[in-house]
Amino acid sequence: MLAESLALTAALFIVGVIGVLIHRNAIIIFMCVELMLTAVNLTFVAFSRFYGTAGQVFVVFVMTVSAAEAAVGLAIIIAIFRHRQTINLKDINLLKG
Amino acid sequence: MSSFLDSIGYNGWVLPALLLIPLVGAVIVLLLPVRAAADSATAIETPAARQLGFWIFVLEFVVSLGLWWSFNPANTGWQASIDKPWIPSWGVRFTLGVDGIALMMVLLTTFIMPLSVLGSWTSIRTKTRSYYALLLILTTGMLGVFLARDLFLFYVMWDVMLVPMYFIIGIWGGERRIYASIKFFIYTFLPSLLMLVAIIYLGVFLRAGAGAPPDFSYDHLLAAANAVPVRTALYLFGAFFLAFAVKVPMFPFHTWLPDAHVEAPTAGSVILAGIMLKMGTFGFLRFALPLFPGAAMNPTVRLIILILAVIGIIYGALVAMVQPDFKKLVAYSSVSHLGFVMLGIFALTLQSVQGALMVMINHGISTGALFLLVGIIYERRHTRLIDAYGGIARVVPMFAAALTFVSLSSIGLPGTNGFVGEFLVLLGSFQTYPVLAVISTTGVIFAAAYLLWALQRILFNPLDKPENTDIPDLNKRELALLVPLIAAIIWLGVYPAPVLRRMEGSAQALVDRVQGTATVTAVSEAGGR
Amino acid sequence: MLLQTALEAASQAAHPLSGTVAEWVWLLPVLPLAGFVINGLLSLNNAHFGPSDPNTAEHHPHPEVLDAAGTHGEEGGSGDDDHAVKRHRWAGVVSIVGPGVLIIAFGLAVAMWQAMAGAHPEAPFVQRYFSWMPVGSLQIDAAFQLDQLSMVMILVITGVGALIHVFSVGYMRDDPGYPRYFSYLNLFVFFMLVLVLGANYPVLFVGWEGVGLCSYLLIGFWFNDKANADAGKKAFIVNRIGDFGLLVAMFMLFANIGVLDFIGVNAKAVELGAGSALVTAICLFMFLGCTGKSAQIPLYIWLPDAMAGPTPVSALIHAATMVTAGVYLIARSAALFSLSPVASLTVAVVGAVTAIFAATIGLKQWDIKKVLAYSTISQLGYMFVGVGVGAYVSGMFHLVTHAFFKALLFLGSGSVIHAMHAAYHRTHSHEDAQDMRNMGGLKRFLPLTCGLMWIATLAISGIPPLSGFFSKDEILGTVFARAHGSTLATASWLGVPGGTLLYIIYGIGLAAAFLTAVYMTRMMLYTFHGPTRTGTEEENYLHEPSWTMTGPLVVLGILTVAGGWLNLPELVTDLIPLGPREVLGHFLDPVVGSATARITAGASHVPAATEEALILTAVVIAVSGILFAVWRLKPAKVPRKRDAVPETGLEGLVANKYYVDEEIDRFIVEPTYKVSRTFLWRIVDNGIIDGLFVNGSAALARAFGWIGSRLQTGNTGEYAWAIVVGVLILLGAFTLR
Repeated sequence: MLAESLALTAALFIVGVIGVLIHRNAIIIFMCVELMLTAVNLTFVAFSRFYGTAGQVFVVFVMTVSAAEAAVGLAIIIAIFRHRQTINLKDINLLKG
Repeated sequence: MSSFLDSIGYNGWVLPALLLIPLVGAVIVLLLPVRAAADSATAIETPAARQLGFWIFVLEFVVSLGLWWSFNPANTGWQASIDKPWIPSWGVRFTLGVDGIALMMVLLTTFIMPLSVLGSWTSIRTKTRSYYALLLILTTGMLGVFLARDLFLFYVMWDVMLVPMYFIIGIWGGERRIYASIKFFIYTFLPSLLMLVAIIYLGVFLRAGAGAPPDFSYDHLLAAANAVPVRTALYLFGAFFLAFAVKVPMFPFHTWLPDAHVEAPTAGSVILAGIMLKMGTFGFLRFALPLFPGAAMNPTVRLIILILAVIGIIYGALVAMVQPDFKKLVAYSSVSHLGFVMLGIFALTLQSVQGALMVMINHGISTGALFLLVGIIYERRHTRLIDAYGGIARVVPMFAAALTFVSLSSIGLPGTNGFVGEFLVLLGSFQTYPVLAVISTTGVIFAAAYLLWALQRILFNPLDKPENTDIPDLNKRELALLVPLIAAIIWLGVYPAPVLRRMEGSAQALVDRVQGTATVTAVSEAGGR
Repeated sequence: MLLQTALEAASQAAHPLSGTVAEWVWLLPVLPLAGFVINGLLSLNNAHFGPSDPNTAEHHPHPEVLDAAGTHGEEGGSGDDDHAVKRHRWAGVVSIVGPGVLIIAFGLAVAMWQAMAGAHPEAPFVQRYFSWMPVGSLQIDAAFQLDQLSMVMILVITGVGALIHVFSVGYMRDDPGYPRYFSYLNLFVFFMLVLVLGANYPVLFVGWEGVGLCSYLLIGFWFNDKANADAGKKAFIVNRIGDFGLLVAMFMLFANIGVLDFIGVNAKAVELGAGSALVTAICLFMFLGCTGKSAQIPLYIWLPDAMAGPTPVSALIHAATMVTAGVYLIARSAALFSLSPVASLTVAVVGAVTAIFAATIGLKQWDIKKVLAYSTISQLGYMFVGVGVGAYVSGMFHLVTHAFFKALLFLGSGSVIHAMHAAYHRTHSHEDAQDMRNMGGLKRFLPLTCGLMWIATLAISGIPPLSGFFSKDEILGTVFARAHGSTLATASWLGVPGGTLLYIIYGIGLAAAFLTAVYMTRMMLYTFHGPTRTGTEEENYLHEPSWTMTGPLVVLGILTVAGGWLNLPELVTDLIPLGPREVLGHFLDPVVGSATARITAGASHVPAATEEALILTAVVIAVSGILFAVWRLKPAKVPRKRDAVPETGLEGLVANKYYVDEEIDRFIVEPTYKVSRTFLWRIVDNGIIDGLFVNGSAALARAFGWIGSRLQTGNTGEYAWAIVVGVLILLGAFTLR
């Protein structure tokens, strides 16, 4: 039972990773990051079913952090958009060197 | 004089005082209020800085002068030692001491420094407080290197020397100063890191027991050094060799020197040539040879080093001959002179080692004087190119006389100091390596060739350029800074016996130890360990 | 060292000269040193201190000071057409101090000689002043040694030196560098005295190099002329090559017998092994030094160029004293040279070859000073032949007589040149005042000079009863005697038996004597006889110089005539009771006697009849040389210098001194310079060591940095890729371990 759940969450995680790597639009990448976080949450839930409630505590933490991070991240993206008029990651390379 | 010094407890406080006075002086100089140059074309910023700097250096010299009388030549151990714990958990102690070799180096340093300040009097015009403060810190570093009896302290002082010189070259230097200062710093710093590894290894490997802290004290390491396995000793010697060989500078590690010398301001060149180049050879005498006699006297190693030294003598002279820039010519002549020192050290007879020490002192004085003279003429015509001059002996007779005299000392004319050193080195080396000594003797021919030819193109020959016709001669300050150097040249040439006698004990002890006939370890005076 | 101290103590404690004027020997060099200091300070009287801040000093170039007139004799700036040249302010003081110290020194030297002649010391009188270089077993003291050999040299140096100083008062009268000249000249005498008074090789070496320095300063006295400065530099560097040899000889001595003082070396020389390779090597290296200082082959090349200096300098340094230092050194080291027949023969061979080589060149020189220069080289060759065959007394004898007549010749030519210069100056002519083609018939104008120079010419040619005859003949006679029987005759030199070699040397000596007579007569004919080529206008201004210049000439003339009495040979005194027998020989016997005896050990005496034949041959050769020159040379046919056609063929070869200097330039000097500049500096130092390794490693570090920077694209997507790939690698590493 656990194995199948982990397979599901792994698949979700991989989809998220590939999404991060492939997409150029910053907001889509954020959504994929959320997908990765969701996959991690599911992993914790799956384990908590077999090994105790500590996993569910972690889920609450992760959800809080992801909410905060999404808010800040989207705020940064909007700020970048205001300056660069684009959120295509290929065009945002100020750290080049 | 000695009784007066005893009555003030001189030996107890002189060495830390020598290190402390410049540091305190540096702080004071930095705290001077800035007096901006009103008209930056003609005035000098904060003239008080140079005044204060000069008098602090004079004080330093006077304080160190007492060592000449308080030093007992019969005692071959450490004198005027002090010993305080510093970092016990690392086995590092703050230990200072002077022996015959260090004595002359200390006196050379404190003698040259006030003269180099006088040489910078009018050529350093901006940021003067920083400049003189850096000179003071540099002095502490240099004296620390000569006086340290703890390897860790030695290493710290060794690196303390590099930083102020880097800034001096980089800020107040010539056109390519950034390149020269970075090259100087990295080139000398890199092998000294290898030396650090070797020092740490020694301190750890030779500690008292498995659980004891490492012990970096020089006397302890000297006594325990033969516990190091032969192979390792060779590597350790190699690390020390690289660090010092770059500093000497030995061929082929010498290429930082021409750039550093040419781009440095006058005082920077004087100190670099006069004192800092002696660090390398001093390191060999103090550390590399006594700690690893087996590795140093390994016939192949010894022969390679001697051959490099001889190549340095001849190569340095030949390349000096073709330099268009007079300062670079003097820089390459330093390579040639220090080749004699290395020859003397590794030929390892009492005469050759004493000769090497004399060449170290003499080179400091005569090459220092040469750089000061170059600086003097540079302030007037702002060019160091030999071809820009010609026939100026008619216009500046005092300068011409001084330049000729100092060049003769550099050539090694008997009656000047240069002869004593070179003669002893060659005579001494002839006893162990006759062929190499004979080849090196041809160096005296080349030295005459390159210096006299340069002198001719600058001082003699037709006076054919209008801009050379009204060069002002030496002023009183410049004469005042040349007179002590000329006096030293004559004194060391005619009556070097007091100097030789003070160094003889330590030199003989070194020769005995490295050749394996050493007896008891050093005996130090009261107040030491 | 114990031996040395014992001998020293022995010679000190009971020395016949202790407590006499000999104890003032230190004053001899100190006097001219004081002269140097005083005159030197006076010469700087025109110097002015500069401003305290040279960077801000105003710059006013003075193009008119440019070196129009900075050459020969007028180095103080534009010449004064008015002929009323302002003398140096302190010229009067200098004229007293300069020659004065020499005259006092000469007086002192005579007093010491009197003491010595009365005391007949067998051992040298050593005065130890202080310890100079004490290093373990090497104990070199600043010490002076007064013995008969140094006494002879001292008398020559101070005596002839004083005369030349007096001459210079007149000769250099109008030179702006008058004090500087006398300070250098005094300094030279100081070093020369240190050289001959030194009690050990290092102190001798101080004087040895010191005179080289003064020679450099004086040759390049009129330094704004590049040719003069070049000549001075050449002299110093060539001398240095010789000094290298002397240094190595010293090192070998110390390494093998542990002493460097003359008493010690003389005592221990036998330990080196008679005829051994070691003692031969030491002597040959020492002889290299002598060839440098005394201008023998191969290091003679600096002496002709040295004629660029003022003529009194040429007289003092390059005729009478400095160049004789090599002869003195060999005589001083007689103990060593007498132990090595090969080295002694080498000295003699080189001396002989040099003698004839230089004589041939002298035949075709037109500059009067060059003729005398090559003549000096040639006569020095004779001296070396003398000391080479172990005739140390003969070599020294010729040294003394040569000092007299060569100084006379040079000073006489100085008078001539002085007169020619003055004449050309008055007529604003730019002709060469030293070229014989511009002279001729000067007997009318300078009769005293002419007469005195003829005396010197006859002396140098070897006409009896002048001094040159006695000294030269003694050398040749001794060569013959050695060939007859000595350690040299039985030795083998590069496969040639010593006896044969010595006969050949004798023959070369005779040939050179013939040539000497020829070229000297040629010089006299072209200068003083025949038609005057100077120019009719100039003739009005040619005259004898003042008494300061002619006085010394007369004194030297007397010495040239009387000098032979110093060492009249046995043969002559037996036939005609002319005077005391072999004064010099007896005088020098305590110093060189044992060494000479070593060479002549067991040799039989040359029969008197042979000796007489030898003397006769020499005289015949000399006379025939003079007659040959008079017969073949036509002074009337000599063109003026400006009409002269350059010589070609063999004549051109000789006139251009066999192109030796040019060849040395082409094969040694230029290649050294080129190799140093292009290969050593540009390629090795800048290119390989600095470029390839130092800057190359910096470039390598920069390259690595550049590669690293390729990772910093600023593209977030690529960073994400990097993170993912990194995590996968780490996971892989952990799981697959």
